[in-house]
Amino acid sequence: MLITRRVEFSASHVCASAALSAEENRALYGAAANPNGHGHNYILEVTLDGEPDRTTGMVFDLKNLKEILNDEVVYPMDHRFLNHEVPPFDRVVPTTENLAVEIWRRIHPHFPASPRLHNVRLYETEDLFVDYGGEGGQGGARE
Amino acid sequence: MIRLTRRYRFSASHRLHTSALSESENQALYGKCNNPYGHGHNYILEVSVAGPIDEQSGLVARLETLDTLVQSRLIGTLDHRNLNYDVPVFQSKVPTTENLLEEARRVLSAEWASAFPNGRPLLAGMRLLETNRNSVELTTLS
Repeated sequence: MLITRRVEFSASHVCASAALSAEENRALYGAAANPNGHGHNYILEVTLDGEPDRTTGMVFDLKNLKEILNDEVVYPMDHRFLNHEVPPFDRVVPTTENLAVEIWRRIHPHFPASPRLHNVRLYETEDLFVDYGGEGGQGGARE
Repeated sequence: MIRLTRRYRFSASHRLHTSALSESENQALYGKCNNPYGHGHNYILEVSVAGPIDEQSGLVARLETLDTLVQSRLIGTLDHRNLNYDVPVFQSKVPTTENLLEEARRVLSAEWASAFPNGRPLLAGMRLLETNRNSVELTTLS
């Protein structure tokens, strides 16, 4: 059974690679390369895969999941400038893709066995989101 | 692999009617969607791409390339149109959500290789919402 918890955080970022010129960054990332940054209300959906416990009837205690998401994602990232305040984005471009992978990397150690971490979906806007299911994943919660 | 989904919006009118059926059969099958003067929807098209994240750019796809492809080949031909009259394929096909998604897939698949010549990313899925309450989806495209 899949269970999904949604949290939100707001952060600013600049998408520009140090390996490229200002013109190249502008051509690649468009307005997202504007040097002083801009922000989004990110929505994060984290999906776990497991069986409901016979006693509790729960796949995972959602209070605990909320705490994990707050500690690993919301508290460190909410109302922050990702490039300046949240490693590794001082050296990794904080695209939606890279941010989803970093969130997976932070959360994954909390789920060593069952339930397992199934998917991270990160909405940068209502009209743009990425799904990441780990290195072996096919990138999508809809399998 | 990571999967990125982009949503595009367009508004169009249509009428569901097939010449293979009688007036009363059309009405029974399509209900209000068969009303003779047509009606419209605010459609949402979701296009999903999948591939590895490019190490230097941090991107799975250059969004501008995807947006230009979808806007020029699809949205531009559908937005604020009457599907039955203005989109040639629907002169012979009923513009159901299903057929509209099949047509959108055909168009994108045909253009994909020239828009993304190095084979990345893959076109991984498409979903078309006719309203907030009904949608159709193609899960495997490549």
